[in-house]
Amino acid sequence: MSKTFFVDTSRCTACRGCQVACKEWQGFGANYTKQLDWGSHQNPPDLNALNFKIVRFNEFKTKERVIWNFFPDQCRHCTEPPCKLAADGNVKGAVVVDKDTGAVIFTEKTKKISKEGFLMMKEYCPYDIPRRNEKTGIINKCDMCLERIEAGLVPMCVKTCPTGAMNFGERSKMLALALGRLGEVKLEFPEASLLDQDSVRVIYLITHNRKQYHNLASLDKSEKNRSLA
Amino acid sequence: MTNSWIDIKNTDCCLIIGSNAAEHHPICFKWVLKAKEERGAKIIHVDPKFSRTSARSDYHVPLRSGTDIAFMGGMIKYILDKELYFKEYVNDYTNASYLVNPEFRFNDGVFSGYDPKTRIYDKKTWQFQRDADGKVKRDPSLKDPNCVMQLMKKHYSRYDLGKVSSITGVSQANLLKVYEQYAATGKRDKAGTILYALGWTQHTVGVQNIRTSGIIQLLLGNTGIAGGGVNALRGEPNVQGTTDHAILYNVLPGYLPIPRANLQTLADYNKATTPTTKLPESVNWWQNRPKYMTSLLKAYFGDKATKENDFGYNWLAKGDMAKSEREGDYSPIYLYEKMAKGEIKGGSIWAHNPAQSIPNSTNIRQALTNLDFLYIAEVHQNETTDFWHGPGMDPKKIKTEVFLFPSCHRVEKEGSISSSQRMIAWHYQATKPRGDSKSMGQIMVEIMNEVKDLYEDEGGVHKEPIVNLNWYKKYDAEKVSRRINGYFTSGDKKGKQLSGLADFAADGSTASLLWLMAGSITEEDGNKLKRTSLEQTPLQKQTGIFPNYAWVWPMNRWILYNRASVDKNGQPWDPSRTVIRWDGAKWEGDVPDGAQPPVSKSGGKNPFIMLADGLGQLYGTGLVDGPFPEHYEPTETPVSNHGFSRQLTSPCSKINPTDLIARPADPKYPIVLTTYSLTEHWCGGSETRMVASLLEAEPQLYVEMSHELAKEKGIKNGDPVILESMRGKVEAVAMVTVRIVPFNIQGKTVHLVGMPFAFGWTKKGIGDATNRLTLYTGDPNTSIPEYKACCVNITKADKNKLTELSYVDLNANAGGHHE
Repeated sequence: MSKTFFVDTSRCTACRGCQVACKEWQGFGANYTKQLDWGSHQNPPDLNALNFKIVRFNEFKTKERVIWNFFPDQCRHCTEPPCKLAADGNVKGAVVVDKDTGAVIFTEKTKKISKEGFLMMKEYCPYDIPRRNEKTGIINKCDMCLERIEAGLVPMCVKTCPTGAMNFGERSKMLALALGRLGEVKLEFPEASLLDQDSVRVIYLITHNRKQYHNLASLDKSEKNRSLA
Repeated sequence: MTNSWIDIKNTDCCLIIGSNAAEHHPICFKWVLKAKEERGAKIIHVDPKFSRTSARSDYHVPLRSGTDIAFMGGMIKYILDKELYFKEYVNDYTNASYLVNPEFRFNDGVFSGYDPKTRIYDKKTWQFQRDADGKVKRDPSLKDPNCVMQLMKKHYSRYDLGKVSSITGVSQANLLKVYEQYAATGKRDKAGTILYALGWTQHTVGVQNIRTSGIIQLLLGNTGIAGGGVNALRGEPNVQGTTDHAILYNVLPGYLPIPRANLQTLADYNKATTPTTKLPESVNWWQNRPKYMTSLLKAYFGDKATKENDFGYNWLAKGDMAKSEREGDYSPIYLYEKMAKGEIKGGSIWAHNPAQSIPNSTNIRQALTNLDFLYIAEVHQNETTDFWHGPGMDPKKIKTEVFLFPSCHRVEKEGSISSSQRMIAWHYQATKPRGDSKSMGQIMVEIMNEVKDLYEDEGGVHKEPIVNLNWYKKYDAEKVSRRINGYFTSGDKKGKQLSGLADFAADGSTASLLWLMAGSITEEDGNKLKRTSLEQTPLQKQTGIFPNYAWVWPMNRWILYNRASVDKNGQPWDPSRTVIRWDGAKWEGDVPDGAQPPVSKSGGKNPFIMLADGLGQLYGTGLVDGPFPEHYEPTETPVSNHGFSRQLTSPCSKINPTDLIARPADPKYPIVLTTYSLTEHWCGGSETRMVASLLEAEPQLYVEMSHELAKEKGIKNGDPVILESMRGKVEAVAMVTVRIVPFNIQGKTVHLVGMPFAFGWTKKGIGDATNRLTLYTGDPNTSIPEYKACCVNITKADKNKLTELSYVDLNANAGGHHE
């Protein structure tokens, strides 16, 4: 029994419902943000201690059309989490895996992880997810809304998503859904693909070439971590 | 919307134009995606800017803001030239065969009957020809040069691809692509839907924009069917409820016209506003007007309204007659002009931020300083509550006494909310109001009780409407809702709720604050707005009608004009998407537009029941600026001629004389500015700027512009810039994007930029009102301002001299955090 997200970006409208609902549920305050110099609506510009979920925007122009890709980024809850491997070498029990759901959880013990240990965790993660809260020292990220799941609810981002981009459930069901949708979406977007579905519990369906998203959309980009898989 | 949100999933082709549906109706947009995924529907987005809607549409067609009539006019010509209209539907259900007065003319952009002094049309020559019995003369062969079909063909013959392309900036290839795909829905088993919003309404040709969709949907047989309709996507702050309950100067609840000064008795009013028909097969629903007007008066004045005093008709304020464009117009255009002249002593503002949201905000802010008193009910302090110490204001020099009534938030009170699909649902109090805040209903009840007491004690000029007001001791949403549904005022059912529209009478025995809501709260079923059941019959499941969930007006009918979804014998054009069906004795499916039989049977009725003859109007005499939509440029335009006629701009538009307006093709202001809202901020932003996680996602005022324009002006992404119009200057951060493209208009490059308007000075450093740039020229039918098109110029700002934006070194980390 394990849980998995299926994120169908072909349905995402970048409404930021997931981004906002996540931090509201977690009870986080907001960052002081500015309209930056990269011409994007993406704000805050990156995941941080107060944002477990960020919608990333990437716009391109081809000869025929404008393309605007939306990517609601979050921790992938890897099936064999490299961050745990790195953390275990520093502080045991700082990173644990929930046996029922497979959720990768950063605990209070992450406070004790050294600066170097944190850098190692970041480097090991193929998706650049771990962030440290400078005030509390805790390293954190998406916790799969474990409390909600234990109460029979779905994660907050999934609950909020209006279009069915965010899906959540038993792994086998989500994998089947993902493969089914891939087949349908490929008819309109021949370059559509699923990202690393065998090694993550957050499976993204993207409509365009991986290069037309942000840098770390896929394991492919981090050759050096292949040996950990 | 004539249809519902869910119904969009039934369409074969969804044309989104004058709307950014995904960004402003993010939840309901899922039905557009369902149409795409489950039916393979084409989703077409026509809009100046490539937005989040465009990203999820099949393709995006950029169009210069203010040229939608040219675009749609071209489609009308395409449909007529290629005879792609649904012939049976057009013959049976529209006024295509109607003969118009042979003196009707259209010359060089102006219809017959125009008076340039008053800027108003005398519509005498627009009327239909009638026979001795008063019935409109027709030519069923559609060949008579005075018949509507021929007049329409003649009118749109000028809208050829070349002219349309040249003025809209849309390539001929793109025009044909859209026209071909959309016109294909004219077949009996195809459905096309048009979704529009403020991108269409906020123009001096706003209503005529919408008229083009009315014409096209009638020609293609798309009105009244599943997956079709003319669908206005209403505004976030309960705009549907706002217009239903007439928070507008020119109507009373239920879209009854306000009384004008020449209508001194209720009988005069009823006679002037109640249409008649000579056709026995027409329902002519507005013949019931007297019932609704009397019932409204009874609800306002209770037992004090009697037959003897005309039910209190003369206690209502009357408007001046609209003898010129500005007379009898009490909209903000002229209201703030009066205020600026000191002609308004004081008043109240409720849940509205004109200092931010009304064009020419500088003038608005200044006008407010002329008031003696102002009381405002608001959830948060904003640019209006605090106008007296805004930028450039010296509180010591301002005489206005401002009272702020803290209003609680929607989640802190119960009540109803109305969505675009005319569905009214109940919402409950989630948490108690903070501090001393109260619901606006309670504030209003308390104030009016005090005012009533004062008038009762001291008397006063024209005290009747106040002392006779049928009022409340305490505000109670359920109680008010029951009065909105309506009740019997006398007889054995006295005090009981009306069960539906059939219960209304004009003799004072019924009362209702909004006739459309009759049937929503009844004795038998209680408050239907609170229902949550998903129960439906198999036929209703087919098209996605949920008759047991909340309540839809009127009479829980989901798809309006559904009698047009069947042929004259009551059989659906497309059985796979049946809305209603006649089984020989009765209708099944949705609530039909009247229980009467299909039009071919004895007692049968025409489908368009809100029109006098029950036939859809391809040509209509109801609007003040013309029976056919015609392209006119926005008031401020980058061109000096448009090629369709020599009438450059609307001959009837409402002009505020205090607005400084740039002349056509003014080289000082060559760039078109369009303004819009955001998913993350509501309207003027005073509520959402206070929500930290929303402000975090959209923190500052920006201007979206093309790479080409940025290069021309030496502007880089992230640079602070100054936008300037004839009316003011605004600081914004440049957002240089591929999603905005330059337009090729008449062989020249015309640039367009876009800005949101959610950022105001009460939140430091995020920018101030975009509407200091826009102008208050308005649509002649609605007086809605032309927010969507004006002319500006843009220059790079000195980042050390900024006063509205806090400009941060972009190389420094975005650190720190605020609550």
